Amino acid sequence: MLKFLIEREFKQIRRNPFLPRVIVAFPFMALWILPMAANFEVRNVRLSVVDNSHSTYSSRLVRKVASSGYFKLANLSSNYSQALRDVELDRADVVLEIPPRFEENLVREGASSVMISANTVNGTRGGLGSAFLASVVGDFAAEVHGEWRQGTGTLAVPSFGIVPQFRYNPHLRYPVFMVPALMVMLMTLICGFLPALNIVSEKERGTIEQINVTPVSRLAFIMSKLIPYWIIGFVVLTICFGVARLFYGLIPKGNLYTIYLFASVYVLALSGFGLVISNFAKSIQQAMFMMFFFVMTFIFMSGLYTPVNSMPQWAQNVSIFSPLKYFILVMRLVYLKGSGIGELTVPFGALCGFALFFNTLAVVTYRKRS
Amino acid sequence: MKQFMTFVKKEFLHIFRDPLTTAILLGLPMLMLVLFGFAITTEVKNTQVAIYDPSRDAATEAIINKLRANDYFVFKRYLNSPEEIETAFQRGEVGLVVVFSERFYENLLHTGEAQVQLITDGSDPNTATTLTTYATNIIGSYQQDLLQLSGVPYQIVPQIKLLYNPQMKGAYQFVPGVMGMVLMLICAMMTSIAIAREKEMGTMEVLLVSPMKPLVMILAKTVPYFFLSIVNLTNILLLSKFMLGLPIAGSLVWLVGISLLFIFVSLALGILISSMVNTQLVALLISGMALMVPIMLLSGMMFPVENMPWFLRAISNVIPARWYIIAVKKIMIEGLGLSSILKELAILGGMAVFFIAVSLHKFKNRLE
Repeated sequence: MLKFLIEREFKQIRRNPFLPRVIVAFPFMALWILPMAANFEVRNVRLSVVDNSHSTYSSRLVRKVASSGYFKLANLSSNYSQALRDVELDRADVVLEIPPRFEENLVREGASSVMISANTVNGTRGGLGSAFLASVVGDFAAEVHGEWRQGTGTLAVPSFGIVPQFRYNPHLRYPVFMVPALMVMLMTLICGFLPALNIVSEKERGTIEQINVTPVSRLAFIMSKLIPYWIIGFVVLTICFGVARLFYGLIPKGNLYTIYLFASVYVLALSGFGLVISNFAKSIQQAMFMMFFFVMTFIFMSGLYTPVNSMPQWAQNVSIFSPLKYFILVMRLVYLKGSGIGELTVPFGALCGFALFFNTLAVVTYRKRS
Repeated sequence: MKQFMTFVKKEFLHIFRDPLTTAILLGLPMLMLVLFGFAITTEVKNTQVAIYDPSRDAATEAIINKLRANDYFVFKRYLNSPEEIETAFQRGEVGLVVVFSERFYENLLHTGEAQVQLITDGSDPNTATTLTTYATNIIGSYQQDLLQLSGVPYQIVPQIKLLYNPQMKGAYQFVPGVMGMVLMLICAMMTSIAIAREKEMGTMEVLLVSPMKPLVMILAKTVPYFFLSIVNLTNILLLSKFMLGLPIAGSLVWLVGISLLFIFVSLALGILISSMVNTQLVALLISGMALMVPIMLLSGMMFPVENMPWFLRAISNVIPARWYIIAVKKIMIEGLGLSSILKELAILGGMAVFFIAVSLHKFKNRLE
C-alpha cells in the first residue's frame, strides 16, 4: 500500500511543470551564485580627504593611506562640510581631515593630530575602517620617527610586534564559512516548504476526501508524504556537495557519511514540521505564511549569517529551538575542523528529538474527519 | 468609479471573511520585525579571552589590564601551556587567545623582539577580523603610552569621530533592512495569490465576461492590501522607534511617503507574479521562497553590495528593497532631507509603473 502511495507522490511531483526544476536547478544555481554575495568583508573603504595643511608630510600621509590597499580615495575635498556631503550622498565612508598646522606641530612640537570621521550606520564598516585608518596613521608616525632616529643616531625606542593568526581558515575565505551553511538553508527551503504546501493543497483540491475514505492508516499516509521528501533531501544535498567541490574547491575535512547521517535526521525533522503546518492550515495561503514565518525565524536565529553570540540573551534562548542551528553547526565543524560523530553527540541528540517530536505530532494532528 | 468601488468592496470582503488569515497578515510582520531586529547583529562584545603569558611582567600586566577594561573582551582564564590553545578553541569556550612571547618586558626595552600573538577562530572571518582589529588597537595604545612616556617626537594622535551611530549599535544597520525585507515579502505574498486564486477557483471566467477593464481590476485588487499594509507600516515604525530604539532623525512625512511608494511597488510585484502563473501554489513558492533568498542576500540588508561581483550588483539593483533600505537609512538615521533620496524615489516610482504595465500586458482576458 505504502509503495503505491509513494509512487503517487513521485508522479505528482514529476508531472508538475515547476517542482522538478525547483528541486534540481534551484540548489545548483543558488549555491553557485549566493556565496559570492554572502561576504561581510570590509574592503575598498571609500575615503574623502580634507588636507588643510598642503605640506610635504601631509601629502606623504595621504599617499601612504591611499597605497595601503584598504582604502579607495573617493575625493579630495577643500573643506570638511564638503567631505561630509560625500558621506551623506554615500560617496565616501570615512573622512580624513588634516589640520592646517599639521607639519609645523609635528616638526616643532613633536606631536600633531588628525581627525577621522566615519559613517557608522554600518557599524562594522565604519568601525573597522576608522580603526584601520588610525593604525595606518600610527605606522606613518613610526616611519617618520624612524627617519628622524636614523638622522640623529638615537637608540631604539621600546616597541613590540602584534601578530594576528587565524585558525582553521587562515586566509579568511568567506565561502569556507558560508557554503556549508547555505547548503542547510537550501535543504530547509525545499524540504520544508514543499511538504508544508502538500497536504493543504490536497485539502483545497478536495482529493484529501478520497484518501479519507480509503483504509489507508494515518501513519501510512504521513509516511507516504515524508519518504519522497527524504529522498529529495539527499538529491539536494548531493547536488550541493558537487557545487561546493566544483566551484569553491571545498571538500569536508571530516567524513562525508557523517553529514549524510545528520542530513537524514534533519530532513525528517523538517519535513515532519512542514506536515504539521500543513495539517493545521486551512488554505495554501495560511500554510505558506506560517511556514514562511517559521523558516525565516529558524534561519535568522541559527547563526547562519550573524553569530548567535552577538544576540541578546533572550534571543540566544530562542535559538535553541531552531533545528537549523544544530545542522549548520555540524556542517561547519565537519567541513572546517573535521569533527567526527563522537564530538557531535549533542546536536545529534537534539536533531533526533526534533524529528521524533514533529513526526509524532504530524501523525497525531492528521484527522480523517473534518 | 462606482464599479471600481464595488470591486474594492468585494476584495475587502475576501480578506475580512477569513479572520485567521487577516490575523496572520497583521501579526507576522510585527513579530518578525521585533525578533529579527534584535537578533540580527554582528556587534562583537563580551568575547571570552584566554591568555598564555609565560612572562608575567609589568608590561604584559599593563596590556592585560587594558584588554580587561574594555567592553569587547572578558577575561576568561590563563592558559598553562601552548597546547591548551587548541582545546580551548575546539571546546568553543574562547573567541580570542592572546599569547605573549617570553621575557616580554626585557625584550621590549632592549631587543625589540617582544611579540604579542592574537589567535582567533578564522572560521567566521567577520568576527575574526573584528576581534583582531579591536585587540590590535587596544594593545597598540599601550605602545603609544610607552612612546609618550619616553618623550619620543613625531607622534600623530588620531581623533576618531563616529558619525550617526556613535555607540555602533547593530540595530542601526540591520533594522532598516529587516523593515524592507518584511514589508516587501509580506506585500508580494499577499497579492501574488490574488489573481491566481481566481484562476484556480474558476471565478476568473466570471470576471472576464464582466465589463471591468483589466487595469481597474488590477488596481482594485491592490487597494485592500494597501490598507492592510498601511496598518503594518504603522506598527513597524512604532516598534522600530519605541522598542528597537531607532531614531527618526529626518522628516516623518518623507519616511511615510517613500514607504507607501515601496509598499505599492511590492504589491504590484505580487500582482505581476499572480498574472503570470496559474496556481496559488506556484505563486506562493515564487513570492515567498524564490524572492526570499535574493532579498536576504542581495538587497544589502545584510551583506555589503560593494563586495559583490558585477552581475550580482546588477541583480541587486533590480530588487526594490535595496533602494528602500538606502532611503530609510538616510531619512531615519542620517536625518537627510528629500534632496538626498530623489534617486531612490525615482527608481521605485519607475519600478511601480513597470510592474503594473507588465502585469497588464500579461493579463490574459481570453480563456485558454
